[in-house]
Amino acid sequence: MSMQITAQNFEANAAKALKDPNLRKAMQIIGGPMASRRVETARELPEFEALRDEGVKIKNHVLKHIDLYLEKFEQQLTARGGKLHWCRTPREARETILALCRSRNAKLVTKGKSMVTEEIGLNAFLEEHGITPVETDLGEYIIQLAHEPPSHIIGPALHKTREQVAELFEDHHPDYELPNMPGVKAGPRSTEPQVLVTEARQVLRDRYFQADVGITGANFLIAETGATVIVTNEGNGDLTQSLPKMHIAVSSIEKVIPNLEDLSTILRILARSATGQEMSCYTTLSCGPKRPEDKDGPEEFHVVLLDNGRSEMLGTALEPLLRCIRCGACMNNCPVYHSVGGHAYGWVYPGPIGAALDPHMIGLETARHLPNASTFCGKCEEVCPMRIPLPDVMRWWREQAHEKQITPPLQRWGIEAWAFAAKHPWLYRLGAGIAIGLLNMLGKDKGRLASLPLAGGWTDGRDFPAPQSASTFMSQYKSKQGAAR
Amino acid sequence: MSQIDSKPRVALFVTCLVDLFRPSVGFAAIKLMEDAGCVVEVPEAQVCCGQPAYNSGDRNDTAAIAKQVIEVFEDYDYVVAPSGSCGGMIKDHYPALFAAEPDWQRRAEDLSGRMHELTSFLVDVLKIQSVQTAPQDVKITYHDSCSGLRELGVKAQPRALLESVQGLELVEMQTPETCCGFGGTFCVKYGEISTDIVSRKTADINATGADLLLAGDMGCLLNMAGKLKREGSPVQVRHVAEVLAGMTDLPAIGESSLGESK
Repeated sequence: MSMQITAQNFEANAAKALKDPNLRKAMQIIGGPMASRRVETARELPEFEALRDEGVKIKNHVLKHIDLYLEKFEQQLTARGGKLHWCRTPREARETILALCRSRNAKLVTKGKSMVTEEIGLNAFLEEHGITPVETDLGEYIIQLAHEPPSHIIGPALHKTREQVAELFEDHHPDYELPNMPGVKAGPRSTEPQVLVTEARQVLRDRYFQADVGITGANFLIAETGATVIVTNEGNGDLTQSLPKMHIAVSSIEKVIPNLEDLSTILRILARSATGQEMSCYTTLSCGPKRPEDKDGPEEFHVVLLDNGRSEMLGTALEPLLRCIRCGACMNNCPVYHSVGGHAYGWVYPGPIGAALDPHMIGLETARHLPNASTFCGKCEEVCPMRIPLPDVMRWWREQAHEKQITPPLQRWGIEAWAFAAKHPWLYRLGAGIAIGLLNMLGKDKGRLASLPLAGGWTDGRDFPAPQSASTFMSQYKSKQGAAR
Repeated sequence: MSQIDSKPRVALFVTCLVDLFRPSVGFAAIKLMEDAGCVVEVPEAQVCCGQPAYNSGDRNDTAAIAKQVIEVFEDYDYVVAPSGSCGGMIKDHYPALFAAEPDWQRRAEDLSGRMHELTSFLVDVLKIQSVQTAPQDVKITYHDSCSGLRELGVKAQPRALLESVQGLELVEMQTPETCCGFGGTFCVKYGEISTDIVSRKTADINATGADLLLAGDMGCLLNMAGKLKREGSPVQVRHVAEVLAGMTDLPAIGESSLGESK
């Protein structure tokens, strides 16, 4: 029911992505300007590193006492007239949301950006039950039109080019009229971002007013005040949550933090790590339904709180992943992500955080490629505002795969044979000597080999440098020592 | 600690790739450390640091291999590797392998304290500011290998030593710290992705206009050299130790003694 999983086909997905010219164009932006803006804004803030440490401390503290903070959050939320719905599984969350929508006789719901609703496959589920969800974040709206999942956790449509967006709008907005020109159909679209944004705003504007329910995510849950917090750049979340009669915030348990003080600490590193902004354009706190003295706001305020395996991560090697604030810095800086984009990972969370988290959520057998498809360059850990040891977690998954024999036999035997030799130096020396003699002979003329049996992965795209000489360093060193004596 | 004539007694951890593919790097490392006043030995019983097993999830074999390494290098003042990757494995990851074996953990930590990457050893430990090498009139660019950079903080040290070689001109890449896509077994298991990553790297290298690419890790060097040669790039590739030791008479990586179109 939740998003279609293709993680098991990672290799094929990646091969396809490597041949997609539009994706390659889009990835240049992520690897270039987006990654460098993070560096610049971080540099402008002398206490950036100290703030990261503080953020880690806050999150670690919360994770130790998460039960207390969640209960406090519920108390405060209830006191302000909101209602908390505890949901263990995606199914429970979907059913809860559907029941809430039905209680309002909802036909149309507007949605702010939420990765948790992707995780539970909410849109498809609502559609099946006769309710139309409309994404209001521009990126989410674009991929909704394209019937695609997000390819990046903060830039869901980063893989789409302007030309593709213009085409989608032409197809999906046949009645769209040019601004200030009533009766004039827009026709072939300009690919100017400003024009396209205006069109999306115009189309979505009506939806905000028509919606019966507004569903948003929540970046943070404040235990002290019972408030949910969203961080956006478009203001769409505010319209989504304040215009309809019912606001449902869908979030997950690890988003809770103690108080507003902590919020301000983490906000200072979130946007800088994500888009390289000092702050996102909108930071909105929802503190319950409309009070009698309020002029506007929803009549009902619900928080749907998902676990989906998160509480099982507490106290394990996976616990640090619960510090994640979903900024996307790890993918913005990942060489593998830059090559294959987000869809190749085959589930909701792509990039290094996905490679570390997805095996837990969708099963290691299905996601076994993800923690393996990393060079362990360590850049993700370097940029993660929450200092999550992503390579260590990926290695932990590799250990699980090795133990449970999920790693393909050929790879496992290869490593075990090699390890056997490494544990028997004489055997290793013998094997190394023979291999090096052979490689040296084959590659002597050119100093390199253009192809090599069993190493097609290397030689399809690169030459294989031949060994410098027919003998190893160790044997050369030994004969030199012998001669010197 | 045992010292002969108060000279530090240093063991060279050769590393598999130097042993197999580029012996001259081992000899260059020995020369650099001897020039700096060390007594250098190469324990014969050494093999691999265990990283291939470690990163493949084979923790038992990794621990067994690590114990061998710990034993072989127990008696030296320092252990030095011409690699940030193998150096980082021993210095950063060994102690964590023995959480359940306190005695081995103590020995792993002891080795960790004595373990250094070559350029970091010369600059940070021996406080060497310059190397004694004949002038070399070459435009170079330097790739920061991931493990050396992020696990061991190797960044300024090789540059400081290179600066002391007369005639060398360093032209930095746009992204010298970006991974080359080697990644150990990754380069074969996910060859297409690895090739794509290294092609971004070689574009960056070529754009510098440098004649010579240097780095401190053979894995990255073999990968980048392999791609540059496949592309027909004139950029030559060497380990930084070869240049610092002035041992550049042998052909560059992926080139032949029978001559190369430059």
